[in-house]
Amino acid sequence: MDVVNQLQRQFIDNSASLHREGFLDDQFTQLQKLQDENSPDFVVEVASLFFEDCEKLINNMSRALEQQQGVDFKQVDASVHQLKGSSSSIGAVRVKNICVAFRSFCEAQNREGCLRCLQQVTHEYSLLKNKLQTLFRLEKQILAAGGSIPGVE
Amino acid sequence: MEVAGEVLQSGSSQEFHVLAVDDSYVDRKVIEKLLKISSCKVTAVESGARALQFLGLDGGKGSLGFNGLKVNLIMTDYSMPGMTGYELLKKIKRSSAFSEIPVVIMSSENILTRIDSCLEEGAEEFLVKPVKLSDVKRLTKDSVTRGETKEKDGRRVDKRKLEDDNNTSSSSSSSFTPSSPSNTTPFGCDLATSELPSLAPHSSKRPKWHARD
Repeated sequence: MDVVNQLQRQFIDNSASLHREGFLDDQFTQLQKLQDENSPDFVVEVASLFFEDCEKLINNMSRALEQQQGVDFKQVDASVHQLKGSSSSIGAVRVKNICVAFRSFCEAQNREGCLRCLQQVTHEYSLLKNKLQTLFRLEKQILAAGGSIPGVE
Repeated sequence: MEVAGEVLQSGSSQEFHVLAVDDSYVDRKVIEKLLKISSCKVTAVESGARALQFLGLDGGKGSLGFNGLKVNLIMTDYSMPGMTGYELLKKIKRSSAFSEIPVVIMSSENILTRIDSCLEEGAEEFLVKPVKLSDVKRLTKDSVTRGETKEKDGRRVDKRKLEDDNNTSSSSSSSFTPSSPSNTTPFGCDLATSELPSLAPHSSKRPKWHARD
C-alpha cells in the first residue's frame, strides 16, 4: 500500500495548500462532503460546470469591455455577478474576491479597472483549474490503486 | 417525462417534493444534491417561467405539477434573468392554487431592502448563498412539521439569515441571538416582538459567521 500512501499524502498536501493559499475555502470542503456513492463524481462535475461558466462569462466580459463605441458596464456587471455567484458556490474564494472588486469598477464605469480585474480573474481561474485538475487526477489514482480519499469523512 | 429545458427529477411520490429554481448550472447542481441528501424529491428548473410552467400557472397543465406530484416547498434564486425570484414569489403568493406553498429565496447578496421586500411578499425565509446542508435540512424538516402553527397574530413568520459578504460584522440590522451553528433543537418560545423570528421549531437566528472563517 506504499503507492497509495504516497498518493494520499500528495493529495493531502495539495488539498492543504489549496486552502492555505486561499484558492478554496470551506465551501469546497462542504461540497466534498456531499459526494457519496450515489454521486461519486459530484465534485468533479460541479467543478466542470464551474469552469465552463468561467470560460463563458470571461468571454462575455471580454467582448463587452472591448466595445470601442462604449462599454455596456451593466452587461459586464451582470456577468461578473454570475461569476461571483458560481465561484462562491464552489468555494473559489480568490476568484470571488476579484469579482467583488470587479463589480466596484463596473459601478464606477472604470474600464481600466475592469480590464485589470478581467486579467486577474482569468489568471486565477486558470491557476485554480490546473490545481483542481491535479487534485482530481490524484483522486482517480488513489481509487485506482485501491485506496480511499483522505480527509473528507 | 420532461418539459423542454432542464427538469431534473428524482424520488418517489411520498417524499417531500421541492421545486428549485436557479439560472446557474453550478447552483442547481448543488441545491439538487443538498435536497437529495435531505431525502427530498427535487425538480430543478432554470427559470421562473419554467417554474410556473411546471406548476401549471402559465395556463397549461393542471395544478399539481405536470406529473401529478404536489410541491411542498419552492426554493428560488433571487437574481435571474427574465423573471426574478421576487417576481416568481409574487406570482406564487398571488395564485389561488399555490399561495400556501412556502417559498424560500436564495441570494448571494444580503441587501436589506431586498430581504424585506421578499419577506413582505410572504417569503418563508431569505437565505444567503452559498446554501448549506444544514439550511436545507432545517427547511425541509421544518416544512414537514409546520402543520398549523404557521401564523400567529395574523402575521407570517419572518425569518432571516444574514451573512456578510465582506467578512465584516454586519449585525447592526439584526436583532438575532447567535447560537451554535449545529443547533437544531426546537425552541418554540413566544417572543414579544413580532419583528423577531418566532414559532420556528429551530433556530433561524444564528448568524452565519462560521461559514466565513
